[in-house]
Amino acid sequence: MLKKISNIGDCGIVCDFGDEVNQKINEGVIKLFHYVRQQVSKGNLKGILNYTPSYNKLIINFDLEKINSSKIIDFLKSVNFSQLNFSQNKKKWTIPICYDFEMDLENMSKTLKIDREEIKNIHLNTTFFIYMVGFIPGHPFMGDLDSKLFLNRLKTPRVKIPPGSVGIVEKFCNIYPYESPGGWNIIGRTPIKLFNTKDNSNPCLLSSGDSVKFKSISKKEFKNLNNE
Amino acid sequence: MSNSFFEVLRAGINTTYQDKGRFHMQHLGVAPGGCMDLRAFLIANALVGNNSEDGVLEFAYQGPLLKLVKGKTKIVITGNVLFQIIKTNNEIINGECNKSYDLNEGDQIDILATKKSAYGYLTVEGGFDVKPFCNSVSTLARAHIGPNNGEKIKIKDKIIIKRNSSNKKNFKTKVLIKDRNIIRVLEGPQFDYFSKEGQKDFFSKDYKITNLTDRMGMRLEGTTIKNTVNTNIRSEGITKGAIQVPADGQPIILLTDYPTIGGYPKIANVISADYYLLAQKIPGEKILFKKVELHKAEQLYKEHLNSISEIIKNIKETN
Repeated sequence: MLKKISNIGDCGIVCDFGDEVNQKINEGVIKLFHYVRQQVSKGNLKGILNYTPSYNKLIINFDLEKINSSKIIDFLKSVNFSQLNFSQNKKKWTIPICYDFEMDLENMSKTLKIDREEIKNIHLNTTFFIYMVGFIPGHPFMGDLDSKLFLNRLKTPRVKIPPGSVGIVEKFCNIYPYESPGGWNIIGRTPIKLFNTKDNSNPCLLSSGDSVKFKSISKKEFKNLNNE
Repeated sequence: MSNSFFEVLRAGINTTYQDKGRFHMQHLGVAPGGCMDLRAFLIANALVGNNSEDGVLEFAYQGPLLKLVKGKTKIVITGNVLFQIIKTNNEIINGECNKSYDLNEGDQIDILATKKSAYGYLTVEGGFDVKPFCNSVSTLARAHIGPNNGEKIKIKDKIIIKRNSSNKKNFKTKVLIKDRNIIRVLEGPQFDYFSKEGQKDFFSKDYKITNLTDRMGMRLEGTTIKNTVNTNIRSEGITKGAIQVPADGQPIILLTDYPTIGGYPKIANVISADYYLLAQKIPGEKILFKKVELHKAEQLYKEHLNSISEIIKNIKETN
């Protein structure tokens, strides 16, 4: 449920759905996100520039030359939330992962007192929900991992993590779309490109609200897929 | 006939293609990007008769040295920039900003430095021949998005111009350089997370711009702002000009190429009318934040747009 609407700066609106991080609250955010996006593409909301869903909030940014906060708030107050649909936009993905590229399984196994193979199995058997995409292009924030695998961030983040690396922290699982620094526990790597700058119409693979299951592949399969 | 083009003899520090920005993609992690100083960008396009959507070259501090290898073009530089035009007969013309110049084959343009400012703009009549990605030619170098493979301009790159200049006249306009150190802001969504004293200091003490400043953000140094609630929040969507205060109490202003999602509490947000002034501030400068209310910020933005229209309306023919 939408709990509070307020402004951020003079060209942003925050739709706040409450403090918790769970799929139910996030589904409410994503429903409103799809609705706003739909209205924008129909030309019903001129001047809206961006709509960014996160765990429990939707931020709407706009061109102050064309529209203002009070008009957007009026629009949001007129939305009939009970009629918004969530399931129509949901996609199910299978993402290949090669666990041979792990960097932290040894330490994780010691800390968690769980066998390496069992860690992989738990990860493979989890259906992840994509709470949001962002920070950098194509980057998914996924959950919820089995509580048996809950871990903190690395004490010292790595300076460089290769693109495609799959990491876990607490109940979340991430895929790094670009080479970057990072403090997540790396358990493998995917050859799949999450953001394709050659594709002008649909550059981003994953969307908020989609679900993801991982499929284990060998180093050889990784190489073949990576060259595609 | 192939197009006119420049060859890059020196790239400059951070030279990139930019326009108004790339929208409707923040939910995919793509920041809008675009020109840091949209006012200087709009004036540049207007002076050579381009569309306000056309891409330009943005440079920071030291700009590029370009040689027009082929063709004939009309250029303009906006911002507060020191530059020279070197003619083929070695004659040197000291350039004036906000004034168009004709360049002939073999001429060079040497953009030496921005003066008391960070960003300057170069554009050509007819625009550059660059391919948009998702309706924009803005470069987001961190994610390799945009023309030139999403990279900054490098030495020996070719800068292709859409067409030769056809307008025989040149134009100029007058742009007053504003040098105000007061940056107006609205209270941020987590303003209440900070101590009463911290809130007071934020609006009364100077904050110095540090060297850790680029197109993505500006780190400030000054009186520590104490957080009394929580130094982290659930990661949420970012708005341009948001002022975050992480656990160390030193503010960071998120600029044009911001990360799309962030998890630090935000004490304030720079108003749209003052954003270009802030973006042009350089490391070492001190700024002072002043609080305004939403309706005032909206009114100031209208005045800001009117002042740009006024500058464009005052474009006059020159020789």
